Amino acid sequence: MTQQDAVLMVRDLGISYKVNNKWINTIRDFHVTVQPGQIVGLVGESGSGKSTVARGVINYLPVNGRIETGSYINFMGQELTETNRSQMAAIWGSRLTLVPQNPGAALNPSLRIGRQLAEVLLRHRNMERSEALSQVEEGLRRVNLPDPKGLLQRFPHELSGGQQQRVVVALAMLTSPELIVLDEPTTALDVTTEAVILDLINNLIHQEQAGAIYVSHNLGVIAQVADAVTVLYGGEIMESAPTPTLFAKPLHPYTIGLLNSVVTPGQTKRDSRLASIAGRPPSPGDLPRGCVYAPRCPIALDRCFTEHPELDEPAAGHRVRCHRWPEIAAGELDDDLYPASADEALVEENLQQARSSLLRINNLTKHFPLNRNLQELLSGKERPRVRAVDGINLSVVRGRTYGLVGESGSGKSSLSRVVIGLNERDSGSVELMGVEVSASLADRSKEQLAQIQMIFQNPQNSLNPYLTVGQAIRRPLMKLAGLNRGQADQEVARLLKAVRLQPAYARRYPDELSGGEKQRVAIARAFASNPELIIADEAVSALDVSVQAVVLNLLAELQEENDTAYIFISHDLAVVAYLADYIAVMYLGQLFEVGYAQDLFKPPLHPYTEALVSSIPVADPTRQTERIRISDNIPSARNLPTGCRFHTRCPHKIGAICEDEIPPWREDDEGHAIRCHIPLDELVEIQDWMLASDTIVNTARNGLEGTD
Amino acid sequence: MAVQQQVQPQALDAETLLTTEELSQFQIVWRRFRKHRLALIGGVIVIFFVSVALLADVLAPTVPPGYGAIRLEGALLPSPRAVNPAFQHLGPFERSDQAMHILGTDEVGRDILARLIHGARVSLYVGIAAMLGGEIIGSLLGAASGYYGGRVDALMMRVTDFMLTLPQLPILLVLSAALSGRISSEFWRINFLILILVIFGWMGSARLVRSVVLSLREQEFTEASKSLGASDLRIILRHMLPNAMSIIIVNATLAVAGLIIVESALSFLGFGVQPPTPSWGNMLTRVQDYMFQNPTLAIWPGLCIFLTVLSINFVGDGLRDALDPRLRNE
Repeated sequence: MTQQDAVLMVRDLGISYKVNNKWINTIRDFHVTVQPGQIVGLVGESGSGKSTVARGVINYLPVNGRIETGSYINFMGQELTETNRSQMAAIWGSRLTLVPQNPGAALNPSLRIGRQLAEVLLRHRNMERSEALSQVEEGLRRVNLPDPKGLLQRFPHELSGGQQQRVVVALAMLTSPELIVLDEPTTALDVTTEAVILDLINNLIHQEQAGAIYVSHNLGVIAQVADAVTVLYGGEIMESAPTPTLFAKPLHPYTIGLLNSVVTPGQTKRDSRLASIAGRPPSPGDLPRGCVYAPRCPIALDRCFTEHPELDEPAAGHRVRCHRWPEIAAGELDDDLYPASADEALVEENLQQARSSLLRINNLTKHFPLNRNLQELLSGKERPRVRAVDGINLSVVRGRTYGLVGESGSGKSSLSRVVIGLNERDSGSVELMGVEVSASLADRSKEQLAQIQMIFQNPQNSLNPYLTVGQAIRRPLMKLAGLNRGQADQEVARLLKAVRLQPAYARRYPDELSGGEKQRVAIARAFASNPELIIADEAVSALDVSVQAVVLNLLAELQEENDTAYIFISHDLAVVAYLADYIAVMYLGQLFEVGYAQDLFKPPLHPYTEALVSSIPVADPTRQTERIRISDNIPSARNLPTGCRFHTRCPHKIGAICEDEIPPWREDDEGHAIRCHIPLDELVEIQDWMLASDTIVNTARNGLEGTD
Repeated sequence: MAVQQQVQPQALDAETLLTTEELSQFQIVWRRFRKHRLALIGGVIVIFFVSVALLADVLAPTVPPGYGAIRLEGALLPSPRAVNPAFQHLGPFERSDQAMHILGTDEVGRDILARLIHGARVSLYVGIAAMLGGEIIGSLLGAASGYYGGRVDALMMRVTDFMLTLPQLPILLVLSAALSGRISSEFWRINFLILILVIFGWMGSARLVRSVVLSLREQEFTEASKSLGASDLRIILRHMLPNAMSIIIVNATLAVAGLIIVESALSFLGFGVQPPTPSWGNMLTRVQDYMFQNPTLAIWPGLCIFLTVLSINFVGDGLRDALDPRLRNE
């Protein structure tokens, strides 16, 4: 292909932001070429500048941003850097479209879908309203939305997140644009929905021969969707290459570090600890001299700290910004770049060893009442309740990790909140070491409070910004462990060391810490009262991959040292399977599968688990399987399906029995139980696709062996 | 591996490290406040006015001359000094050659500077005390309302709405007319005025704080401290209010301005601080008729109000920034 064909050609792009009256050069020396029908992935951790680039290449920067002179952005032969805002307005939304991260925020909540989407056509195509509406209907059909005609009359809030994102994709495709920029379009979605949307985007882009830039922090997603990948760090390209090359033969230490940090499905703490990247990303105003990655690079030489590397081109289409790429290409540095295969496992003990039960949950339910409207109030009618937790039995053993998985809305968080007491249970019991724990936090004794602690999802707001780290950790020590001030201060220092932070951090405020550091403080706080059980609700989901690996390793190590049990909740199955010993799969308030974590990627599985597993975007572009897709319409928890609650989405539904009868628990001898009408041996047969050589588990295993 | 690379906890002595904490806390705030130049200037001006108000008797130990011997009522405490004979022959608006009346005299021959100095007492006292009262009550009610939610919230917000719908000025007038006549002491009359201003002045901050607390309540750090068994009072005082502080402070600085004005309006209508006791407000509003003959009569008290309000605003800004740890690492 010649360069004339390219939809977008960006050369020497520099972008600056004005912060506190100073221009800070956030993006330097950026290049990208997008061909028709090509999806270029832009991957980087938070703060790498990927969103700035995504908006910069379509000349859509906020008022405090500017494109540096000397930059070239050639879009279909037109130089965008010389195009003013009013001229751009004719291009934006018509020939250049953007799919933002949060579809809920991208749609105007007070406009009906039809009217909202038709607006684009009225504005750019001067269509009649009726004609525009029929085009919109066609567009909605193309993104596989059911009942597009009815949809025109709906409001955005009436749709699920996945449907909203499809509407936004439809909106972006309506005018048959030449370039679509997708900024983390699936990050806010469940895995199952994400998989469906990724397929959709993949098909549409290639069908329509539009060019696309796909921004994501998730290497798995990029591997599944992109044709070429550009890796950003500190506002610069580290490496760019066709997707297969980048994943098979990365030449930059940062790319290699990122790929190492990703938890592959099937990897467990029993095999190896996770590789991670030490240190934290540079801030745009304070970049290191020389190579921006040098301070974190395991193979940095003196020269890397003084001399800024140029963007070299080792092969056509493969660019890398590293002084040492020839050595990396030759394989001379593999020992330093890849974790040693003999890396000791984090956990030695075997699972079979009998352990005493710590927490027993019996028939636990939590229903949330809905507010009745006036009519219902007057007629005395009861509204259906949201049955968030609906009869859960679970037993957690001492010093082990129970992984809890399921889509959002499955009741995982409600369950954990009921156990810890933030919500009071409606019925059932929770026993801690044989003693009944009262439903309300206020009725629990100090000892009981101390024994169950929690790590929250979002490190940004799980620490009070007005309290120092020391004050935050000291509180449980003084309140629950009964230490005096001096003892507590000593203990704070010890705990900080335990989470690999310097004791001097005690004086810092949360906003002086990075996301990973904050989460470590949150972990130290959870461990302060020396609890028996820690509930971690999506504790690593908000972190970047490289940091996530550090925190996962830490959690595993602390568990070994303190013999603390975890209930680990995550939507990321690979992560759960890495850390957990046991897994429980939850759907619409009930458990559907309970078993060992190491069996998560092997049949037999509950069809729901199978769908979850097959939806994981694996960071390996060579893996091509016919994945199982389930619809993204999760039934509402206030109006539950009869019989098996999963029957409305089940890929293996066998008939009326699924709709009418609650399925039985089917158990094998080893404690693996599945709640399904299909017998276990038949499930194994249906799921034999998982055993094929190119499937998730096998690729994962091969991948690990490959580093031997 | 990478993890170990970070594990180099410095051998820092935890004790020395943490015992200095309280001190450095204050120092950090002060250091940051000092960097905020406008706030510093504002602080100096506010301190200046407050000192003037406190030292009014020393600075302006005169009874403003006028028709006969008027007892010095500008001070909260009567002045121990007698009438200064030097002023006695001066008529309205006259200036003394002795440079004693730097800003001249008012329509009845009272020294303007002396009245400004004594007026600072009343105005600052009313403004700041009523602001503090209103903000404290409003913040606590608002925080409780937002934190507990549900019926507590509904009830408290209806009370707030009710208070907001009351026509304030007429009620203030009726109240002060009905009750203040029975209080003979000027000092208690002023305190009574403050009480009325507080009763009608807490709703704004209650609403603001409630809305902030509604979102803070859902934050994970609140849940974290709940799961540590923290009491509601502690969560409100330690976790909710500090995070709402920036809004409270901004609201408070604006409230001072409003309250000084309301006091002057009441005084003008004859129910606030009564002449001859000076307040900036009543100095400003009493001179309507003479505005064109002698504009300085209005300008000086107006300038004082303006400067005070502006300075308090700046101090509020600086204080908010200095207290907010989120801005600390810049």
